[in-house]
Amino acid sequence: MRHLLGIAGWRRDELEALLDRAQAHLPGGPDASHVLRGRVVANLFFEDSTRTRSSFEVAARKLGADVLNWSYAGSSVSKGETLLDTARNIEAMGPAVIVIRHRSSGAPGLVARHVKCAVVNAGDGAHEHPSQALLDAFTLRQRWGRLDGRTVLIVGDVLHSRVARSNLLCLKALGARVVLCGPPTLLPPGLEEMGGEVTHQLDAVLPQADAVMCLRLQTERMSEAFLPSQREYSRLFGITPARAERMRPEALVLHPGPINRGVELSPVVADGPRSVILEQVANGVAVRRAVLEACAS
Amino acid sequence: MTTVLFQRARVIDPRNGVDGVRDVLVTDGRVAQVSQGPLPAPKDARVVDATDKWLVPGFIDLHVHLREPGEEGKETVLTGCRAAVAGGFTGVVAMPNTKVVNDSALVTELVLSRARDADLCHVYPAGAITKGLKGEELSEAGELIGAGCVALTDDGRPVMNAGLMRRVLQYATQFDVPVMVHEEDLTLSAGGAMHEGATSTRLGLRGIPSSAEVAMVARDLVLLEETKGRLHVAHVSCEGSVRLIREAKKRGLRVTCEVAPHHFTLDDRAVGDYDTHAKMAPPLRSDVDVKALREALVDGTVDAIATDHAPHGVSDKLVEFEKGINGIVGLETALGLTLALVHEGVLTPRRAVELLSDGPARVFGLPGGHLAPGAPADITLLSPSEEWTVDAHRFYSRSRNTPFHGRTLKGRVTQTWVGGRCVFEDGQLKESR
Repeated sequence: MRHLLGIAGWRRDELEALLDRAQAHLPGGPDASHVLRGRVVANLFFEDSTRTRSSFEVAARKLGADVLNWSYAGSSVSKGETLLDTARNIEAMGPAVIVIRHRSSGAPGLVARHVKCAVVNAGDGAHEHPSQALLDAFTLRQRWGRLDGRTVLIVGDVLHSRVARSNLLCLKALGARVVLCGPPTLLPPGLEEMGGEVTHQLDAVLPQADAVMCLRLQTERMSEAFLPSQREYSRLFGITPARAERMRPEALVLHPGPINRGVELSPVVADGPRSVILEQVANGVAVRRAVLEACAS
Repeated sequence: MTTVLFQRARVIDPRNGVDGVRDVLVTDGRVAQVSQGPLPAPKDARVVDATDKWLVPGFIDLHVHLREPGEEGKETVLTGCRAAVAGGFTGVVAMPNTKVVNDSALVTELVLSRARDADLCHVYPAGAITKGLKGEELSEAGELIGAGCVALTDDGRPVMNAGLMRRVLQYATQFDVPVMVHEEDLTLSAGGAMHEGATSTRLGLRGIPSSAEVAMVARDLVLLEETKGRLHVAHVSCEGSVRLIREAKKRGLRVTCEVAPHHFTLDDRAVGDYDTHAKMAPPLRSDVDVKALREALVDGTVDAIATDHAPHGVSDKLVEFEKGINGIVGLETALGLTLALVHEGVLTPRRAVELLSDGPARVFGLPGGHLAPGAPADITLLSPSEEWTVDAHRFYSRSRNTPFHGRTLKGRVTQTWVGGRCVFEDGQLKESR
């Protein structure tokens, strides 16, 4: 049993092995419905996320697991129960794996230190979203074979993005160059220490990218004065058809979803030939099957 | 009242320029004689062999949260005093952000009465600047000071309203007490859980920039210059603040400041893997700030080491980092952490003792802090090189929230004397009742 709390702490060969394992879980692969038969996967979602929760649920069921879905709304937490008490109560029901989504950075790690079963981080605050990074890397590897020497450009609100942090760590570990681009108010200090390169000039770096990963822009960032307006953001950092024209011919576009169409990504690009967004979603199930299998074993 | 003769101690008394082996005679609760030669032991005197020990003025902590009234599960005046004397402190200044807030003589008198009952060390209450710490209306400072408060502070919260801050600096000049400030611009620190830097980025936690503190220090120094008041900046944590305070002192402003042991010992990397024991306000800063604080301790910019002893229960810390309550207990680790700077060669023994005793006494105009004949016999006797491992479960404080649990420290209190009475000796309290 091993937790997946973040990409940090995993070696390249371990990440590669996980991605190789995911390969076997793609549709058409060998039947895996016995892998977690009779075991329970508990989904603890303290924050809404239909996409990630559904993906883990489908992955767990395809491995033959029983799924316990627990959500914040109307739960004991809203009655004042602490995170650890909730986790210990769920643990008492005997799950093999607890999958946690939480708005506080570090929450899955806190739970992992106090329960005996495996814990999978399904996104914690602005810290990490490791399964998302793995499915992104898987998708790129599917297209490119290897990530060595490739440049991935991550564009947008890095400050609040767990997807950006996990991807930065994961892509770097797999040999890619990672450039982070966004307005100065949304790029936190110390990204270079994590291996990233930082720029605010999208048009200057766009032609270097083998893949552009757009981050979702939260509308509340406008009211918090990180940005003047969505309009200005879109003008400076949105992937418009005109910008897509200036990308390398074979360069890919990724997005963790859900997309603000016309803000970080124009609909034409999101649905166009560069986009691998739906492949990301499909690969997500295979990657999460591999994650659950690895953690439950 | 017992007569005591300490023999062959290394007496370090910065105010009176003493650093050498001396015999010290205590009678009637006061220092009677400090002698270079051996003193004869009076009849019935207790004789303490202090060979290889340092005998220093009892430590005074300008910044302690005793939590009573209101949060007695975390600490009481009694348990806080026990922790104080175990840490070598003979006097503590009690912050007013209790529940009920110390913004009236009634609360001040309650704290003083509990301190008399505890009968261990001196407790000096600080009164709130504003009623209920709300930052709106001034508390009745005259009443508070009349009841025994030695300073005014809304500690735990900044005074965000600059107009009000200006008024309190003006108003307090008639009593000549310091206005003690917790410097934090809440619009800059909003939502932050730790220092803004590479670690906060790695952990995905909202950062608190240094400017949240420095901007407020700058503002208050401007107000201080205009009002000719007395400003004491609590728990200074960053380079920018000490730079401004150093310049202000040079220009003759009446500003003093304190630094907490955790801020000169740890940097923001101590948060590690979301360790809420390393969560405090102001937050642990960068290694550059730690270096600047150490320089400021050496060059006299810092007047006092103060612990900001902030007891909390286990459930306040065993939560998500963002939800964790700020603060660490400090009374029982302060000496070891301060002496670490001596053992590292950063501070001289004399300067370390000054920062724990004479410095704080002068800042708030408190008795003690030195050992001249006639001074109160508030004395700490310590073994400067004795190693011990911090075990939070053995603290006298009612709380255990410390990031130093398990750390080996060098320097331990052997005896604490308050008013000529031994209140702590060889790890044991000597309570009068």
